[in-house]
Amino acid sequence: MAEWFQDNGLLLGLALLDGLSSAGLIFLVAVGLNLVFGVLRIVNVAHGSLYAIGAYSAASIGIFAGSLGLPDWASIPALFLSAALVGAVLGPLIERFLLRRIYAQEEVVQLLVTFALFMILEDVQKLVWGVQPIENRVAMQLLGNTDVPFGADFIPYTNYQLFLLPGVAIVTLVGLAWFLRRTLTGRVIVAVTTDREAASAMGIDAAKIYLLTFTFGAMLAALGGALSSPTAALVPGIGAQTIVLSFAVVATAGLGRIEGAALTSLMMGLGRSIAVYFEPELEVVVPYIIMVLVLLVRPQGLFGVAETRRV
Amino acid sequence: MTTALTRREALTAGFGTVLLPATLSAQPAQKPAEFKIGVTTFLSGPASVFGVPSRKACEMLVEHINAAGGIAGVPVRPIFVDEGPGTDHLVGEFRRLVQSEGVQVMMSAISSGSCLACTPLATELKKVTILWDCGTQRIFEEAHYDYAFRTQGYGTSEILAPLLYLLKTKPNIRTVAVINQDYAWGRDSWELWKAGMDALKPGVRVVAEMFPRFGSTDFSTEITRLLALRPDVVLSTSWGGELVTLIRQSTERRLHERTTFVLPVAEASMQILGRTMPEGHVIGTRGDHWNNHPAPKDPALFNKFVGDYRQKFNEYPIYPCHHIAQALWALKAATEKAVAAKNGAWPSDAELAGAFRGLTFPTPTSTITLREDGQGLEDQIVGLSSFNDRFPFAVPKEMMLYPGAQVSAPVGQKSTDWLKSLKPDFVTTAGRSI
Repeated sequence: MAEWFQDNGLLLGLALLDGLSSAGLIFLVAVGLNLVFGVLRIVNVAHGSLYAIGAYSAASIGIFAGSLGLPDWASIPALFLSAALVGAVLGPLIERFLLRRIYAQEEVVQLLVTFALFMILEDVQKLVWGVQPIENRVAMQLLGNTDVPFGADFIPYTNYQLFLLPGVAIVTLVGLAWFLRRTLTGRVIVAVTTDREAASAMGIDAAKIYLLTFTFGAMLAALGGALSSPTAALVPGIGAQTIVLSFAVVATAGLGRIEGAALTSLMMGLGRSIAVYFEPELEVVVPYIIMVLVLLVRPQGLFGVAETRRV
Repeated sequence: MTTALTRREALTAGFGTVLLPATLSAQPAQKPAEFKIGVTTFLSGPASVFGVPSRKACEMLVEHINAAGGIAGVPVRPIFVDEGPGTDHLVGEFRRLVQSEGVQVMMSAISSGSCLACTPLATELKKVTILWDCGTQRIFEEAHYDYAFRTQGYGTSEILAPLLYLLKTKPNIRTVAVINQDYAWGRDSWELWKAGMDALKPGVRVVAEMFPRFGSTDFSTEITRLLALRPDVVLSTSWGGELVTLIRQSTERRLHERTTFVLPVAEASMQILGRTMPEGHVIGTRGDHWNNHPAPKDPALFNKFVGDYRQKFNEYPIYPCHHIAQALWALKAATEKAVAAKNGAWPSDAELAGAFRGLTFPTPTSTITLREDGQGLEDQIVGLSSFNDRFPFAVPKEMMLYPGAQVSAPVGQKSTDWLKSLKPDFVTTAGRSI
């Protein structure tokens, strides 16, 4: 074992750096889904569409800002602005006019409705942005590179992926933890997540909390998309890929548990990057292997609490 | 009201279903009021980056053909079907188009999986099926089809040509890594490359084989690994958004300064990459239809096709546009040949299929011959990425043309077996500079 680490220690170090960046993006999307799932108890398949629309909007706003002659640094606040816009516009629209009608329906109906919404939004993306890859990499180029020593060699990393993505994920995690535990609204959300009936019985306006939580979740999904947009070419279908991994994170983390989402995202991000170095064929399945292993030991998820079910 | 079906009626209906297509295909056909063709292409999903431009090219060319009197005097009407929902859906749509819509010819498909699923239907329904873009070598190497024809090259020639070019221009390579999409084309193309490379330059070491999930939007970990490994060559047959992302992320981290990229499907992404595409890397176009082709066979027709497409859609046509145009030109040539053979009468399905076999038809850049097994022989042009004043994106320089017949496995041989039998001196004898 010690010999293996001696031979592969440097590569493992690179894998850790890559994994942190990947985990940051996974966390941003999954934590929004986890919040929505925890409070609304709806498996929102359209969460992937919000991610994609966030990404497309960020690229469009960035390109528009560039065409206005705004300085390059404006592209970074543009990422956050687009996420806020997408969440603030689409979140209330979807919650108020669609989800509110199906809270009392069976889970399969909820699943079908959000899946239908996902399909509709996929087509909307194609109508608005077309099918050719779209990108705006100004934010990434602006932040430049850092050469990480690698033995006698060096490996160039973009500062965007090395610092900004993990940084935003950490700020989001700390901010969310503070919001949910230290503010009244946050505590109300936690109360609804923990016991919806008891919370409602104590006079909490569940409809308002649902709207607020869904909008916030939509913003987080859009933020994940917006932050991914400078690193990738945007094409139809990116939402579908994201949502599957996010579901795996939510199931592994436990319902409504943000620390669980953070730890799971880290495990999956690191697991995938280590697989790329040492066993690339396993890269795709590593997140799901982690999920299965965790659920075998803790069926309620890493941080989930076992619930008593009324019969 | 329902009526019970007797056993005799059921048997009659069953035999009728089986025998009717065969009977109909042998019947003399009436000249139709319109020539309906079913076209399968990607209108959704990541591969719509190919499917939508090819649909636009098809519609534009059909307009031109109809304005000039149609095919053998019959106006053409394409009916498009989306490949996006998957092969099960596509097979159902294929049957619907033939049996309900009454299309006379099918043009299918972009995806190799779609072609593998649909081509057997050509035999079952006895309907001429033009394979207009898919590249899998398995189609004509694993089965014989009387009604299916591929009007462009295929994976073997499209991979062998860049390999030959690489070995000729950079004969001292020692290590290679691959990063391909994890699906049939990504895996098959690597198998072809590996078989050819081991035969043409034994001893080249494969330092990494990476097949990221189809549709990946982040290759930063794979790029870090490649930066650490420093292979002489990185092969990627990826396309669409994934190729754009791979190249962007690679150039930002200066991977292109440490290695030579070989990108057999690069052409379709060059307009999106623009000036970001690094110079001096091996690029291919799955054919010979580069926008800067130095000597197309029919320059006027080539410039008209490219110019009309640009004027109408404000972009240059990419290779699937040329491939679907080739399918239409082949259809026109075969139909006119079959009609002429019948002194102006409209051909049956079997007669039309007969006209396709061995057909040689002109394209703006060359002529393509369909072999006896149905495979088209399309020339391949490969070059090094470069920039000039004419195009705002990379085009090849120092081009080599590899004739289709030279870089295709002979009829009856499996591609991998043939590639393994190649000798190193083939690198110096194959192809010519243009």
